Order: sequence, then structure tokens, then C-alpha cells
Amino acid sequence: MSETEVQPRAYRRPVSTWWWLEKRSYFVFAMRELSSVFVAWFVVFLLMLTYAVGRGDDQYQSFLDWAATPWVVVLNLVTLVFVVLHMVTWFNLTPQATVVRLRGQRVPAWAIIASQYVGLAVVSAFVIWLVTR
Amino acid sequence: MADSIRLQVSRYRPEEGSAPTLQEYDVPLRKEWSVLDGLNYVKDHLDSTLSYRWSCRMGICGSCGMSVNGTPELTCGTFLADLAPGPVRVEPMRNFPVVRDLVVDIGDFMDKLPRVKPWIIRDDEPEPDGEYLQTPEELDEYKQFSMCINCMLCYSACPVYGLDPDFIGPAAIALAERYDLDSRDRGARERLDVLIEHEGVWGCTFVGECTTVCPKHVDPAGAIQRYKLKAAKESVKAFLLPRGAR
Repeated sequence: MSETEVQPRAYRRPVSTWWWLEKRSYFVFAMRELSSVFVAWFVVFLLMLTYAVGRGDDQYQSFLDWAATPWVVVLNLVTLVFVVLHMVTWFNLTPQATVVRLRGQRVPAWAIIASQYVGLAVVSAFVIWLVTR
Repeated sequence: MADSIRLQVSRYRPEEGSAPTLQEYDVPLRKEWSVLDGLNYVKDHLDSTLSYRWSCRMGICGSCGMSVNGTPELTCGTFLADLAPGPVRVEPMRNFPVVRDLVVDIGDFMDKLPRVKPWIIRDDEPEPDGEYLQTPEELDEYKQFSMCINCMLCYSACPVYGLDPDFIGPAAIALAERYDLDSRDRGARERLDVLIEHEGVWGCTFVGECTTVCPKHVDPAGAIQRYKLKAAKESVKAFLLPRGAR
């Protein structure tokens, strides 16, 4: 099949570099994509923590001192905000991507979203128990 | 309620070159008038040179999609009273080349549709004597994705398509899903070969605007994510299983 010819004098509206600021939904999308960088930072931070713990008390203490410096605290607070955004937006999108059936009935979107929060609560409770016991 | 409302209509005349400009028209503001009624008033009473597409006036032909105050809408289903006091900016759908005024070139979309093979594929069996039978439950599986009217508002809303016109796009993928989910169809494998490419489902970054603007609640974004799951499963299978077991 031959490709349909584009009209020779048709006008193509240029896409602005700042297209993601044109609409709230585009902006939220761009922030959701950006949040991945902060999720990666939390992973790196956790690996550094684990590494410090493995190298003994002195290393662990110096890691804690470094983690308490103002810029690291600020960075981690910003990271927390982005990680929460990442979590909430992806939890909300999950029902669109997954079709779950129970006894022939499609599980409603709210139930899929709610089950993710339940899962999050269970895992969080386990981690808190593990750390504070 | 005021008795008139101002339309700012994008005009583009290819023979004059240069970029489109906005032209203003005051049209009567009536409770039951849509943006399309306003444009028809302009065409009939104020300026017969205005070009735009329309047909059914009842949200089923998919011809009158335009950008209304920056949002992709069917102009026959968007009411002037809801946009009062105005002004109302009417532009051609974004992400498509503009041929004249509010008319866009839909050739790219027409080329893409047949690439996903949107028909029932049955090559392994003889045709049945009667029709292929289907239960209401089997119909419900794909019915939502069959409601697409090819209005292209989803392409207009999709920033990925705007940045990369090679992306096959929301409506085409939703249509592929419509046939994949049809109990009579056996063509899923053939469609996946097309959609697994980079310009297929993986081009989508799940902005979700296609679903937001869809006047028929087709949920193309959902169809694309479901396809990604399918494609990922196939890739894992291809990696793990010997050829015969796939």
C-alpha cells in the first residue's frame, strides 16, 4: 500500500520544548517521569547504608553523620516527595494496565488500587518490625 | 446570559504561505448551540471562506474534532454556553499538518490503521456454514475498544505522537486490542509482530491524555498498557522456552 502523500503546503505547528508546561496533566506526567531519578537515588542511598553497616561501627557512624548534614537531609526530603508522587501515580494507573478476574467478574479499579496500599502497609509494617525489634 | 459569544478561529491559507492567524467572529450564544453550530453560523452568515470538516452533528461520525481552547474536542459535543463568556479559541487538531483553516491532513492516520490488521484473522480453519457464534460475555470482552469512531482526538492529545510521528498511536493500538480480545479472532501473533516494534506500544510513555479526551470512553491508554504486558510476556517466553513450546 502506498503511503498517503502529505499536502505539499500543509502547515506543521512546531512542538515547543516546554510542551509539558502547557497542561496540568502533561506537567504531572513529566514530574512522574522525573521521579524515577529520585527513586534511583533512594536505591543508591540504601546501598551506601548497607555497605557502611557491613564495614563496622565507625563507618556506620560516619555514614550517619554524613546523612545528617543539611544538604543530604534536604535532598532526601525532596526525594521522599517525589517517591510518594511516583507511588501514588503508579498505583492509580495500575488498574488500566491490569485486568484481574475473580469468579468471572472483573475486579473493580478501586479494589486493585486499595490492594496495593494494603500491600504497602504490610511490607512497611514488616520493615518497621524488623528494624525496631 | 449574554446574547453573543466571540469565536477566535484559526485561519490558514496555504496559497498565502506564512503561519496561521486568528480571526474573530461574534456568533449568537444559544443554550443548545455547540461550537460546531457557531462555526456553521460563521460559514452561513459571516464568512463563507472558512473551511472545516463536519458531518453528523451527533458525536458518531468523528469528523469535527478540533482544538477548543487548547483541548481536543468534538465540536458538535462542546457547547458554547459551557464556554461563556468566551472568547472561544477554535484551532485545528494538534499534531497533524494543517491543510487549510481547521482542516488537517489525516493521511498518516489512514496509513497506520491497516498496519495493525483490524479485521478478524482465521487462516487455520474452513469458514463455518453460518456465522461465528459469540456469547454476550465474549462480546463484553472487546466491546469497549470497538466503540472508536476514528476521530483522532487521541492523536491530537498525545505528546509522544507530536514529538515522534512514527509512533503508531493510541487509536490504532486500541483497535488491535479490540480484535485480539475477540473470541473469533486468531491474529494476535501477527498484530504483536507489528506492535512490539519501537514505534509500536513501547513508544507510549503512559501520559494518559488519549483516554481523558476520548469522547467514546475507549481507554486507548489502557489498551496500550495491556499490550505492553502481552509483549513483555512474549519476550520472556521467547527467551526461556524452546521454539516448539511457545
